[in-house]
Amino acid sequence: MENENGKEVKSLSDVTVMFAGDSGDGMQLTGTQFSDTTAFIGNDLNTLPDYPAEIRAPAGTIYGVSGFQLHFSSKDIHTPGDGPDVLVAMNPAALKKYKVNLKKHGTIIANIDAFDKKNLKLAKYDTNPLEDGSLQGYHVYKVPITTLTQEALKNTKLSPKDVIRSKNFFALGIMYWMFNRPLEPTLKWINEKFKKKHDVAEANTIALKAGYYYGDTTEIFTARYIVSPAKLPKGTYRSISGNEATAMGFVAASVLSGHQLYLGSYPITPASDILHHLSKYKNFGVKTFQAEDEIAGICSTIGAAFGGSLAITTTSGPGLALKTEAAGLAVITELPIVIVDVQRGGPSTGLPTKTEQADLLQAMYGRNGESPIAVLAASTPSNCFFMAIEASRIALKFMLPVILMTDGYIANGTEPWRIPHESELPKFDHELETNPEGFQPYKRDENLSRPWAVPGTPGLEHRIGGLEKENITGNVSYEPDNHDLMCRLREEKIQKISNDIPELVVDGDEDGKLIVIGWGGTEGSIIDAVKKAREEGFNVSRIHLKYINPFPKNLGDILSKFDNILVPEINLGQLSKILRSTYLVNTIQFNKMRGLPFKTYEIKDKIEEILGGSND
Amino acid sequence: MTDKIDVQEVKLTAKDFKSDQDVRWCPGCGDYSILAQVQRTFPTLGKKKENFVWISGIGCSSRFPYYMDTYGFHSIHGRAPAIATGLKIAHPELDVWVATGDGDLMSIGGNHFIHACRKNVDIKLLLFNNQIYGLTKGQYSPTSERGKITKSSPYGSIDYPFNPISLALGSNATFVARTVDRDPKHLQQMIKRAAEHKGTAFIEIYQNCVIFNNGAFFSLTEKENRPEHTIVLEHGEPMIFGKNNDKGIILDGFEPKVVNLNDGKYTIADLIVHDEFEESPVRAFILSHMTNHPDLPTPFGVFRQVVIETYNEALERQIKEVTEKKGKGDLDELLFSGNTWEVA
Repeated sequence: MENENGKEVKSLSDVTVMFAGDSGDGMQLTGTQFSDTTAFIGNDLNTLPDYPAEIRAPAGTIYGVSGFQLHFSSKDIHTPGDGPDVLVAMNPAALKKYKVNLKKHGTIIANIDAFDKKNLKLAKYDTNPLEDGSLQGYHVYKVPITTLTQEALKNTKLSPKDVIRSKNFFALGIMYWMFNRPLEPTLKWINEKFKKKHDVAEANTIALKAGYYYGDTTEIFTARYIVSPAKLPKGTYRSISGNEATAMGFVAASVLSGHQLYLGSYPITPASDILHHLSKYKNFGVKTFQAEDEIAGICSTIGAAFGGSLAITTTSGPGLALKTEAAGLAVITELPIVIVDVQRGGPSTGLPTKTEQADLLQAMYGRNGESPIAVLAASTPSNCFFMAIEASRIALKFMLPVILMTDGYIANGTEPWRIPHESELPKFDHELETNPEGFQPYKRDENLSRPWAVPGTPGLEHRIGGLEKENITGNVSYEPDNHDLMCRLREEKIQKISNDIPELVVDGDEDGKLIVIGWGGTEGSIIDAVKKAREEGFNVSRIHLKYINPFPKNLGDILSKFDNILVPEINLGQLSKILRSTYLVNTIQFNKMRGLPFKTYEIKDKIEEILGGSND
Repeated sequence: MTDKIDVQEVKLTAKDFKSDQDVRWCPGCGDYSILAQVQRTFPTLGKKKENFVWISGIGCSSRFPYYMDTYGFHSIHGRAPAIATGLKIAHPELDVWVATGDGDLMSIGGNHFIHACRKNVDIKLLLFNNQIYGLTKGQYSPTSERGKITKSSPYGSIDYPFNPISLALGSNATFVARTVDRDPKHLQQMIKRAAEHKGTAFIEIYQNCVIFNNGAFFSLTEKENRPEHTIVLEHGEPMIFGKNNDKGIILDGFEPKVVNLNDGKYTIADLIVHDEFEESPVRAFILSHMTNHPDLPTPFGVFRQVVIETYNEALERQIKEVTEKKGKGDLDELLFSGNTWEVA
C-alpha cells in the first residue's frame, strides 16, 4: 500500500469493469478505449461487449442498455470475468440491468444527473436506489457526470446536445485515474478519429482530462488501484477481436496459398465485421462482393472457387440455414470453399447480438442427402486467426467445403494477441491442375481430392454440377453402385483430414475420474474453471475441440480413460449427442442458453458436484 | 503432351464446341436450335475456347452446359446468375454465359437476375422462355399467360405473367434483346451482339416446348402470322411491319399505336425511329409493353444497349487505385499494424 496525493494506492491482480449506459451513450467506444489502453500497458485482458439488437432503443429503458465488460489482470486470464468489481452506470436502467452481476462489496460509479424521476420510472425503480439504502454493502460514488462535463465544456463551440455526448469521455477519464492508466493512447485516438471535426476532438479531449483530474482532486475517491502488467510470452502484441482475427486469417491464407481471396457475403449480425475488414484490404487483391442475399453470398463463392480463388462466405445461423442447398452443391462438386458461421442465439432471428453454440448440428448435418462437411471451431478471439488459415488449408488440400464456427462472444470480444510472423504460419501444399494429359475431373489423389482445374486452362474443359457424377470421369451418372461409392468417398475424404490435423493434448492427468470437454468459444471459461477446481484440490482434466469433423484421431482413446465426461455447451447438448453416438460413451451435459458465455464458477460448481465434494 | 498446340492459332468450328455427351432433350425441342446457333456463333467470336464457361441452374434449359465442350457448371435451381457473378468477379478474363429458363430465372432466381442486371456484372444471360415448367412436367410458369390450364392450374392460372424484357429494363440491364428459336439467323445475330456487349447482356429467347406447351409462339413464328404479329427492331430504322411493310408504330403520348402507311394520314416520318443506344430506358420500356398485345406487334431485336462501367471493371479499377495509393499488401505489415506493444 502506498500513498499518493493523500490517496491510498492499492495493488490488485485482477479486476473486472463494466461500462453501462444507454445505447446512445457510447459505452462500446468507452469500453474499447479502456481495453486498448489496458492492453497497451501490458495487462492480459478479455472483453464482453453486450449490446441490444435495436440500434437506438428508447433512451432510459432497460432493453436499451448497452454494456461493455472488461476483465484485466497481471496474470494470464481467459474470460471476461464472472461479474464486475466496478460498475459505471450512466443511468438507472444500466444499474438495474447489471447490478445483479456486481461482485459483493463492488464499486458503483453512478451518473447521478441521470437518476431523475423519468429515468427511474423507465428503469422500473419505485425509489431512487442511490438514496433508499438498497445499495448498502457496495461502494457507491455518486458523480454528476453530465453536469461536470457541461461545466468543463462551457467554453467550447459545441451545441448543448453535443456537449452531453462527451460525457462518456469524462467517465472514461475517471476510470483512467482510478486504475492508473495513461491518457495518451486515447488522446491519440481522439485526434485521429475526429481529425476533421476539430470541435469534437477538442471537447472529448477536455472531457477526458476533466474526468481524470476530477478523480485526482476531489475528495470522494479515497483510493486508486494498480494492476501490474501480466507476464506474457515475449513478442509484439496487439489487441484483437475474433472477427478481425478471422478476416486477417483469411488474408494470411490468401498470401500463403497464393490464391486470390474472394468473399461473397450478405450483412448479418454478428458476422458483418468480417466483411467490413476484408473490404478494406483491396491492396491485397481481396475481392469482396456484398451479395443480394445469403444464397447469392455462397453461390458466388462457389463460382469464385470454380474460378480458382480462395473463396469464402461469412454468415450467422439464419444465413447458414439459407446457404444449406448451395453448401450441398459445394459438397457434390467437391469445390473448396470456407463458410464462416458466427453463431448467435436462435432459433429463427433469436438473439442477434448474443452468443450461443446451437448451430453445431446444423453445420454437421443440416443438408439434404449424405452431405458431409468438414467442421472447425475457433476457441478464442485470437484463435480465429489460426483457424481461418486451417479452414482454408484443409479446403484447398482436400477439395471440399469447410465450415468454420465462431460465435458472437469471441467474434466481438477482444484479447491481447502475440502477433505471429509469416514464417510461423502453416504451409499450404496443393496445386492447380494444368496438364491435359490423362485429365479426368473426378480422378483422385491419395487424399481422395479431385483436381482443381480452373476455367481458362487450355485443354481441361469439363463440366461439373449438382447431379451425381461418375467417379473419375465426372459424367452424369445414375448408376446405383456409383452413387453408393460416391457417398462413401465423400465421407471417407472427410475422415482423411484426421491425418492432417493435430492430435489432442490432455490438460491434466491422462486418466481419472473426470474430464471436461468443450468446443469453440467456451475454452476460456473451461480453462479457468478447471484451474480453480484444481486449486481447491479436485483432480480434473480437460480437452478442447477445434476440429469437430473429423475429430482428432485420439479423441476416442482419451474419452475411454475417464469415469466421467462433462460437456459444457451453450446449447442443449449438441456435441454431447455426437460424442455419444460416435464413441458410445456416456456424457454429463451441462447446458445454458442465456446468450452469454459461461461464468467460470458455473462450470467449477458442476465439476465439484460431479466429484461429489471429494477433493482427495 | 508431346506436340503442344497453340489453341489460339487453331481456327475453331462449331464442332469444337460439341461435347461427347448425347443430347437428351425431347425430339423437336426448341433447345436444339439454341444449342446449334450457339455452337455456330462461338467460333466466330475470336475468343479462346478455354475462356468460355456455361453456367446453368435447374430445368430443361439448364442441361445446356453438358452439351457444350467448354467449361461448364450445372448448378442448383435459380442460382446460376449468382454463381456466374462470383466466377466473373474472381476471373474477369472469362466469358461467362448463363443458360436458364423461365422458371429458373423468373421465379426462384428472380432476385439474382435483377441484381446481376442492376450491378452490370459482365455476364450473358440466355433465357429459354417456353412459358411452362417442362422438367417437372407441365405446371404454369411465371411467364405463362393468365388463364392457362395446366396440371397445377386445372381451372386456369390466376397469376399475371412477368414480362421478362420489362423486368430486365426495370433492373437497368445494359443489353436487352429478344429472339426466337425458329429464326436461326436472328438468334445467331443476337448471340453475337450479346457476346460483344460489355456488361450484363440479357436475351429472352422464345422457345417452343413440344410436349407441354406446343405452339405457344406459333402466332409469332409461323409464316402466315409472323409479318402481322411481329416487328423487328433495327437501330436507326423507322418501326415498320406488316406483310406489305405498310404498317408502322407511332408514339401517341406514352402509348404506341399502329398506323397504316397507305391511308394518307401518316408517313414514314411520323414513325418511331428505333434507337438502341438511347440512354434513357423509357422508350425501350414502352416498346417492351407491345409484347402479347392484342393490337400491337411483338418486337424482336435489341431493345436497349448502353455502355457503362461494368461491375468487374469498377472492382478491378478500385483494387488498382487502392494498391497504388497504399502499396501492394504486405502480410507482416498488416499483422503488425495498429496499436502494438512489446513484451520483453
